[in-house]
Amino acid sequence: MAETKYETHQHDVLVIGAGGAGLRAAIEASAMGLSVGLICKSLLGKAHTVMAEGGVAAALGNVEPRDSWKVHFRDTMKGGRYLNQWRMAQLHAMEAPARVNELEEWGALFDRTKDGRILQRNFGGHKYPRLAHVGDRTGLEMIRTLQQHGVHTGMQVYMECTVTRLLGDGPSGAGASRRRGRVTGCFGYWRENGKFVVFEAKAVVLATGGIGRAFKINSNSWECTGDGQALAYLLGAELMDQEFMQFHPTGMVWPPSVRGTLITEGVRGEGGTLRNKDKKRIMFDYIHPLYASETADTEEEADRWLAESTSGVASTARRTPDLLPRDIVARAIHTEVKEGRGSPHGGVFLDIFSRRSAEDIKKKLPAMYHQFKELGDVDITKEPMEVGPTAHYTMGGIRVDPETQETCIDGLFAAGECAAGMHGANRLGGNSLSDLLVFGRIAGLHAGRYAKATAGKHVDPAQIEAFAREALEPFDRDEGVNPFAVHEDLMNVMQTYCGIMRNERDLKTCLKELDRLKEAAARTKVVGGNRHYNTGWHEVIDLRNMLIVSEAMARSALARKESRGGHARDDFAEMDPAFAKVNHVCRAAGGGMELEAAPLPEVPDEIKKVLLEEDR
Amino acid sequence: MAHEREGAGSSATKATLKIWRADAEVAGSGELVAYEVETYPGMVVLDAIHAVQAKQAPDLAVRWNCKAGRCGSCSAEINGKPKLLCMTRMSTFAPAEPIVVTPMKTWPLIKDLVTDVSHNYRVAKKIPPFAPRPRDADGRWRMQQEDIDRIQEFRKCIECFLCQDVCHVLRDHHETEEFVGPRFLIHLATLDMHPLDTVDRRPMIKDEFGIGYCNITRCCTEVCPEHIVLTDNGIIPLKERVADDFYDPLRWIARKLFPPKHKKRLPVLPDAEPARPLGVPAPANRAETVDAEE
Repeated sequence: MAETKYETHQHDVLVIGAGGAGLRAAIEASAMGLSVGLICKSLLGKAHTVMAEGGVAAALGNVEPRDSWKVHFRDTMKGGRYLNQWRMAQLHAMEAPARVNELEEWGALFDRTKDGRILQRNFGGHKYPRLAHVGDRTGLEMIRTLQQHGVHTGMQVYMECTVTRLLGDGPSGAGASRRRGRVTGCFGYWRENGKFVVFEAKAVVLATGGIGRAFKINSNSWECTGDGQALAYLLGAELMDQEFMQFHPTGMVWPPSVRGTLITEGVRGEGGTLRNKDKKRIMFDYIHPLYASETADTEEEADRWLAESTSGVASTARRTPDLLPRDIVARAIHTEVKEGRGSPHGGVFLDIFSRRSAEDIKKKLPAMYHQFKELGDVDITKEPMEVGPTAHYTMGGIRVDPETQETCIDGLFAAGECAAGMHGANRLGGNSLSDLLVFGRIAGLHAGRYAKATAGKHVDPAQIEAFAREALEPFDRDEGVNPFAVHEDLMNVMQTYCGIMRNERDLKTCLKELDRLKEAAARTKVVGGNRHYNTGWHEVIDLRNMLIVSEAMARSALARKESRGGHARDDFAEMDPAFAKVNHVCRAAGGGMELEAAPLPEVPDEIKKVLLEEDR
Repeated sequence: MAHEREGAGSSATKATLKIWRADAEVAGSGELVAYEVETYPGMVVLDAIHAVQAKQAPDLAVRWNCKAGRCGSCSAEINGKPKLLCMTRMSTFAPAEPIVVTPMKTWPLIKDLVTDVSHNYRVAKKIPPFAPRPRDADGRWRMQQEDIDRIQEFRKCIECFLCQDVCHVLRDHHETEEFVGPRFLIHLATLDMHPLDTVDRRPMIKDEFGIGYCNITRCCTEVCPEHIVLTDNGIIPLKERVADDFYDPLRWIARKLFPPKHKKRLPVLPDAEPARPLGVPAPANRAETVDAEE
């Protein structure tokens, strides 16, 4: 066979993914004077971070001086049902304020308090108003700020490039060592013309985001196909906490075209309430015992808290149950609909029009106003929205070292949504944008240090030949399956059998269905066209990645015989202390996927003390 | 009820789209191809294109990401008008009305509806970045909300480049080397009006970035999917600031004698690779090379 033609680029640090985490990692490594390459599947500035709406969580204490990293840390651990890697949650809470302030240094313009500081809003599971925001387009402000700063730091940006494989020495001798080889670069193609490209790098940072496109109803862009998780897994790295999938409580449900599109939690942060078809506020019936002591149990108290906490008064009232963590609210909506109290199109009502003036709504939630007006024919200043749960975020991902974000493969790092550990069983709103900044920086820093201490690496030409053949297989098959049809099938399987409410029978069916889909995916064929910007071809590669992560999700969900955070089962409806101390880890072994229940790291006593402190 | 407006229960109807199919690397390619799709409530043109991809033309090239009007990826022209595919409802077309989808005309074609917009990324790199004044004593910066309302409007920009596509200076006169276009005048206005910034970019706004080429036809404002009032709120005030500095004789002398105290003069940053003339097919490798400052 003729040798494959490809171009080669060399960098000290290569970052795959150019959302918030990737950009922040690349900025950090560039600042160390290293040669940095940043690869994105889309154009720069279009990554899914752009869709983040409500805000970035950081204990700045601008609106509520009682706030501190300790309260933020406590809220995060409680929201994650204590399955978080405590050290990551601690680093996150401590460093988030500095990372937000740094964005201002790079030109970001957050909404202001009356005395000119960064304004902060209430959000689910956060005890105090904590989210720095720009109306309901905080993610856009963040990515544009990072992008405009980043392109002037010397990094090279490779746009519209798909990575199909990481290069490296794979796992050598299972068992004894936790270290499973090293990374030497990656292999991919330009989407524009299908030509192959090889990147040689001393260190690689994965920052590729989530896996929402595996679900029928989701809030994610086409890019969220679990690429980083699958690339890492195929090189021998481990996936962790993959059973925890966040279903955001408020996605659009009507019309069908926009089903799943996100409605920011900021609507409830600004006073919006969830009601069923009888106009009853539903959340008072779903106050989880874990949150009972800090949640208002009457409408009067909830409204007093809202009025006071948003006007800068230190409120003595307890928080409204409309702002309970997302897993609780999503399941409440699920139950209302299942028991016949839902809205006409299978959701519940979210009402802001009777709570705030039309002027306030347009000022604080402009994107929501336009989104409903232009795509849903609803004027949210005059009528309620219809909302329902939508697959939104994966708490699980690549297992990393909490201090450095390095995986079990030397030189391979991961940050942001594709990494696991920070959020435990459930992520609080606003903690993802701060996660990107804090752990993007840490991953960039340690990847940079690793690169500085490492001599140049050489990639293996035989590996490149093999990966080139693999990438072109879908063109070479005489007959085969339509990759779009397999993807549609996968979305239905995951939605039906591994969705917001799971049980053993469904999860076993899910795994069986995934086997069938894996077979189908191995027979997909690219029909017609060449390698130029061929969407069908791109779909084949995305499909492989989604199937790997979906399998890890179903396997971990089957093993966790309890309900906790983003993982709920009707055959094991309660939290089980036996599962409170383990994370599920998946890795490739013996031609299949193996699952291990790994013990959580012990929480040191001084951190336990922080968790138990009261902050009144 | 609002939710029933589009007839939830009505049986499937069909619509025909004519989509531009072309490949810059295949000589002689380029034709409008008709595709029939089933419509459903709330359907947008991007949904229709996805339906065509899934069942009829899997190699059809289109950019998209969020499908909610936030990322600015799916820019194209529908019946000749620059629009986001994801924000254009199928129900806005009369049953007999043709729906013709073509790529943005200003940029070189790559394939089908995908164009080479890399010119915009090169321009962005030439603009000296934001450089703030020192922080207040407590390590923070204070800005009043009313002082940033206007530039927050500008920062709603999703970089869909529809304003660049519609601007006749770029679209018809191809003055891409002389004129940065509305998107970047708005970016420059943001920087000029930023309460913390310390760089004086007005000389380059006048010279290298060519603000004089804009003759205020307001086409950019009309197509902006974010409803940013580019011309009246951004470009005209910027033109006035530049005019005051350079064409008001008293201000000109004052500026010569007493240059703005808090503002640094910086050169336009070097362009790493020369822009390709419009109409030339995209190169194989669009690696973006950035030179470090200093």
